[in-house]
Formats: sequence, structure tokens, C-alpha cells
Amino acid sequence: MEKKKRSPWSFMSNGYLLLVLLFIYLPIAYVVVFSFNEGKSMTKFSGFSLRWYENMFSDRTMLDSIKYTVLVAVIATLISTVMGTIAAIGLSKARPLVRSAILETNNLPVMNPDIVTAIGMMLLFIVAGVRLSLTTLILSHITFCTPYVILTIMPKLRQLDDNVAEAALDLGANPWQALVKVILPQIYPAILSGALIAFSMSFDDFVISFFTAGVGINNISMYVYSMKRYNPSVNALSTLIVIVVTLILILVNVIPYIKDKKTLKEETRR
Amino acid sequence: MKSFFRMTYPYILWIAVFIVAPMIMILLYALTKDGNRTLIFRFTLENFTRFFSDPTFMRVLFTSLRIALFTTVFCILIGYPAALFIANLSERAQTMMVLLLTLPMWINMLLKTYAWRGILMNFDNLESEVKVFIGMVYDFLPYMIIQIHTSIAKMDRELLTAAYDLGANKWKTFLKVTLPLSVPGIISGITLVFLPAVSSFVIPKLLGGGDYVLIGNLIETFFVTTGDWNFGSAISLVMALIIIASMWLTKKMDRNAKED
Repeated sequence: MEKKKRSPWSFMSNGYLLLVLLFIYLPIAYVVVFSFNEGKSMTKFSGFSLRWYENMFSDRTMLDSIKYTVLVAVIATLISTVMGTIAAIGLSKARPLVRSAILETNNLPVMNPDIVTAIGMMLLFIVAGVRLSLTTLILSHITFCTPYVILTIMPKLRQLDDNVAEAALDLGANPWQALVKVILPQIYPAILSGALIAFSMSFDDFVISFFTAGVGINNISMYVYSMKRYNPSVNALSTLIVIVVTLILILVNVIPYIKDKKTLKEETRR
Repeated sequence: MKSFFRMTYPYILWIAVFIVAPMIMILLYALTKDGNRTLIFRFTLENFTRFFSDPTFMRVLFTSLRIALFTTVFCILIGYPAALFIANLSERAQTMMVLLLTLPMWINMLLKTYAWRGILMNFDNLESEVKVFIGMVYDFLPYMIIQIHTSIAKMDRELLTAAYDLGANKWKTFLKVTLPLSVPGIISGITLVFLPAVSSFVIPKLLGGGDYVLIGNLIETFFVTTGDWNFGSAISLVMALIIIASMWLTKKMDRNAKED
């Protein structure tokens, strides 16, 4: 009786979820298919070819934009992860009033529309007499990535037992040893996910880069934005990015699973 | 433990220079005139009166608010049932669905919007606003679903059993238990959708064509094309204030609903 009542309902809800997934994956499927199109059209598929992939690898500006995107994302992720981790650990030991004041300021780039952060940074550089360049681009990326690192690590730090670090200090460890041997090992999964978020924020950014990069420095988003005509090579590029993102997400989600299994096995062996 | 707090000093310096100072810059530029390269401190409200007295600018502001509101409402209407259905799946299927929904979030927004440009070429007779609307709902829907799903998944399932035991039917249980408990998820979903939708200038530019202007495009024009940074700063300040006000209103509505 119960089962009979449930099945049309679950049929409907599963159908609905399928429709939502179709909507969300429609453009992704569309670019993957059209990246193999022989013709230039984005509405008619005229035959299979790899010419847009060849085109992509011979397009200097497009390759440069990939290079800049990766370069900026790597540097910004490294610096914002280190700075954010250090700041978060410091903040967790700060007085509540000081901590909330700093966290509120830290939240500004997250809460503000990107365009406000972007023009603010641009005005700052211009008023300070700094020419917009690759450096200003990287500085702004560090600025909007670090808050996400801190926001990811803070909750984890709050869960930590303060007594463990205290115990390490009491047992003769200096603060540096307490940090490296006690605190960091406990929060490193949060640091990793913070770094991953920072990388993807930097990799995908358009608005802030658009206002703070020097002339001739384009990341992928800026390149796509500045294109005057429809260029099917972008489909090839999108397809490659989709593949890379999928692989990374699978790795990130599967590795902890394998690890869990391994520790589980080791534990049962004991 | 004082020595640990010292670790924060470099970052305090960083946010003072790169977060606080830029905000002050925008404020100074918005309140002055003729100061692109050298800041002249002659305070004036002229930029604001110019913005609010021009019907063209007012229309742009109105269009931006309208499309952001429609986008937010549609994301809730489509996203809420989806979040609810996901929460009813098995643990494994839930993880899978959340993963499937998050995957496209990691893909560059410009590239996804560009893909929509290709799809919408098949429907050339659609109005600009409809195209921009589709692009925005597409881009923000996953955020709404994830936020609502998180709040429903956190809910204590025993509450539903209790409601059934006390004689409530499915519909009443939803209205009196599930819906009120998922309001925080809807609120954070609104924050993640309405805010970027109001200020978006990429989606209107790529999908709406040149004739479709939102407030973000206006700011871009005054900074990049016209070079009137004072006026551009004033517009972005107005936009930021509208966003803060609407967030405050949403949170207040939430609080009022709880008191009822």
C-alpha cells in the first residue's frame, strides 16, 4: 500500500530533477558537440572535425590568455592560501571584538558586487601612481581570494580543542612547533579546500581582472569578452576546461574515499 | 597565546591597503568632481543629483532591479522543488546530485554564457531581456538549489514524523515544518542570486546585444569609455547601497516571519 502511493510521486520528482540536470548540462553538452563541428555555424552541425582544436593551438592570443589565467591563479592561490591560513590561525586566538572587526572587513570583497571591488582597486592603483600591469592583476586576485581561504578555514579552527596546542606549549614546544606539528595537521583538509576555492575564483574571474590588468594582459574571460565575432575555437577551449574540471572534481571526491577505505582496512587488520 | 595573534598583522596591513582604502577611494571619487588623476577635495552631491534626475539612468536602474528580481523569484520557484526532491533521495544519491550541481559552478562563467549565445542563436526572435533572463537563471540556479538543500538536509527528520503522528497531512507538514525551517537557506540563496544579478554586466553584454543596458554596463561605460570616474563611482555607490538595503529588508522579513 505504502509503496503504491510513493511510486508515482518519486517518478515525478525524479523526472523533475532530470529536467533540472538537463537544463544545467545543456550548454555544456552543446559546446562539446559543436567543438567538433566542421563548419563555423553554431546552429547547424555539418560534420565531425578537429579543426577548432588545431585553430586553438595556433591562436597566439588565446594561448597567451590561457597562460596568464593559469599563472595568475597559481601565484594568487599560493600567496592567498599561505596568508589566509596564517591570518586565520592568528584570528582564532584574537579577542572576540578584534576578531569580528577583522572578519567583517574580510567579508567586504565577498559581499560587495565584484564591480565595486574592481573599481575600488583600480582607483587605488591609479591614485597611488601604480601602472596597471600583471602585478596589479595578481595583487587584486590575492585580495579577493584570501577572504575565501579565511572563511573556509575559520570554522575548522573553531572546532579545534585549544588545550591540545596549550599542552604542546606546556610540554616545551615553541609556538612555531605547536603551529606546524599540532595545529596545521588538524586543519589541512580545510586549507586544501580553501586553496581549491581560491584557485577556481581566480581562474574564473572576469570583472576584477578586467579593471585591474594592464594593457595587453588578458585572461581567458577577458579574451572571450573582447571577441568581436563568434569564434568556434572557444568551444574547443571550453571542452578542454570541462574535461579538466571534471577530472579534478572526481579526484578531489574520490581520494578521501580511497584514503578512508585504506585506513579502515588498516584498522580492521590490527 | 598573544604570539599567535601577531600572525594576523600582515593580513591586517593587507586589508587596510587593499580592502579599506579602495572603499574610501570610491567614496571620495563619488563625492567630488573633475578628479581623475589628482584628487581635488571639493565635496559635491552633483554626481548623485545627476543620476537621480536623468530618466535614462532611472530606467536602467529600474530594468536592473526588475530582471534581478525576476531571476531571484524564478530561481526559488525552480530551485525549491529541486532541493526538496534531492533531500528525499538516498544519502548516496544526494551526494551524487550535489556533485552534479556543483560541477558546472567550477566552469568559467564567461564560457557558459558564451555557450548560451550559441544556443540562443537558434531562437533569434527572442527579446533581449528574455535571453539575458535565461542566462541569469541558468548561471545562478545551482547556488539557490545548493543553499536550500543544505538547510533542508540539516533539518531533524523526527520533526516530520512528529507532525504526521499529530495528524498533519503531507501538505500541512510541509507548510508548517519544512518550509519555515528552510527559510534561512532561501535567504542565503537570495543573497547569492540577487546580488550578482543586479550588478552583472557580462551576461547582458554577451546575450542582450548592445541595446540592452544594465547598471553594471553603465558603470563600465563611465569607467572604460567615458572616463568619468567620479560619476561611475557615484553609480556604483548607489548600487551598493541598494544591495545593502535589499539584503537588510530580506533579513528583516525573515525575522518578522519568525515572530509570527
